[in-house]
Amino acid sequence: MTELLVGTKKGLFVLRGEPGDEFEVAARSFAGEPVEYAIRDPRSGRYLASVTSAFYGPKVWVTDDPAGEWQETEGLTLPEGQEQALKRIWTIAPSEAEGQLFAGGDPAVLFESGDGGLTWSLNESFWNQPTRSEWSPGAGGLCLHSVATWPGDPQRLALGISAVGVWLSDDGGQSWRHGNDGLVPRYIPEEAREETLALCVHNLHRARKQPERLFMQFHGGVYRSDDAGETWTDIGTDGGLPSDFGFPLVLDPDDPDSAYVIPLVADLDRVTPEGRVRVYETRDAGANWTARGDGLPGEDAYLTILRQAFDRDGAGTGMGLYFGATSGDVFGSGDAGGTWFTAATRLPPVNSVRVA
Amino acid sequence: MAVVRLRAPLSELAGGTKELRLEGATVVDVLRALEREHPDMEGWILDERGRIREHINVFVNREYGREDTSVGDDDRLHVLPAISGG
Repeated sequence: MTELLVGTKKGLFVLRGEPGDEFEVAARSFAGEPVEYAIRDPRSGRYLASVTSAFYGPKVWVTDDPAGEWQETEGLTLPEGQEQALKRIWTIAPSEAEGQLFAGGDPAVLFESGDGGLTWSLNESFWNQPTRSEWSPGAGGLCLHSVATWPGDPQRLALGISAVGVWLSDDGGQSWRHGNDGLVPRYIPEEAREETLALCVHNLHRARKQPERLFMQFHGGVYRSDDAGETWTDIGTDGGLPSDFGFPLVLDPDDPDSAYVIPLVADLDRVTPEGRVRVYETRDAGANWTARGDGLPGEDAYLTILRQAFDRDGAGTGMGLYFGATSGDVFGSGDAGGTWFTAATRLPPVNSVRVA
Repeated sequence: MAVVRLRAPLSELAGGTKELRLEGATVVDVLRALEREHPDMEGWILDERGRIREHINVFVNREYGREDTSVGDDDRLHVLPAISGG
């Protein structure tokens, strides 16, 4: 039985089913509220959900039973006296340290929890970066959406932010530095690119078995780093992708040469190209990309798949892949993208999909 | 005269031209001159208040420009869709 946590514009849907069959809606929580992101921490079994109430602001909730009562967590606030307020929590990520979690949000903010997500504190070092006043948002806001931990080493972290690029830490988040060499922001005049901070990272993941390797979906560009995020190489231009614009990104944890992306036409036309829904897979670190669309809508399908709406289950040839679209459709694969099935339809617009 | 660089779809409104030379002491002056030369452009970069639209970026050489940013001879204005749009 596979359980999916599907954050939508109108609540959290818990879907359960077997790969190949339609999934059932096992529970719905936060009815009517935008649920940005939800995960189940595999260490504790606890569920965590980021909810942005239009009335009451962003909050993270926890529960041991997603069909039961949820408890509001504490500490997700910016320091008093700031002009800015917390707008949204984009991601929640288990750390490599026992009981520790990270939460990333808008405005480019990182929180840490040492008690499994019940209480949170601001990462002051990142909040106090001296260039912060110059940071600019992407279309989704100034969002810290990716936290890439290093297997076995809680000191080494990489953050992805729209639109402030990659940030690296070797001391568990006490200090930070840029990791942007090689990124080409085509949306900036050529003469201004070298010194710009406006680097619009859309997604960032680390290869579990080769942690110095990271993959990135950029705002126009797919990149790979083989030196822990210090420098980046374009892998989106010549390998067969129909477009190098998109948001979602998934890696096979057993294969450091693997990555999956779901291209959209372009920043001015954020739908699946040619009316066809296709996931693209590389197994040679980005040299070649292969379309995986068997079972996905093949005509008149202009879907938008958001940043956090793509996830995996397991690894290798039997890896599950699941993604949701703003159309309210959720698709799955039980064979690493070889074939696809429709897991759910007619949900509200999907913000995020995570395998519980 | 300043050099104004455009990308699609704005360049298509300018008859396919991606680079023009226009007079103006400020960014808004140059953009008004652009509208006069290519009336189809009216309303695309400047809104009805005469302000640069929220999701358009205008660079003067390497720097972000605002409506009142000074423009000199041989300055380059780049008009681009911002990443905050779309």
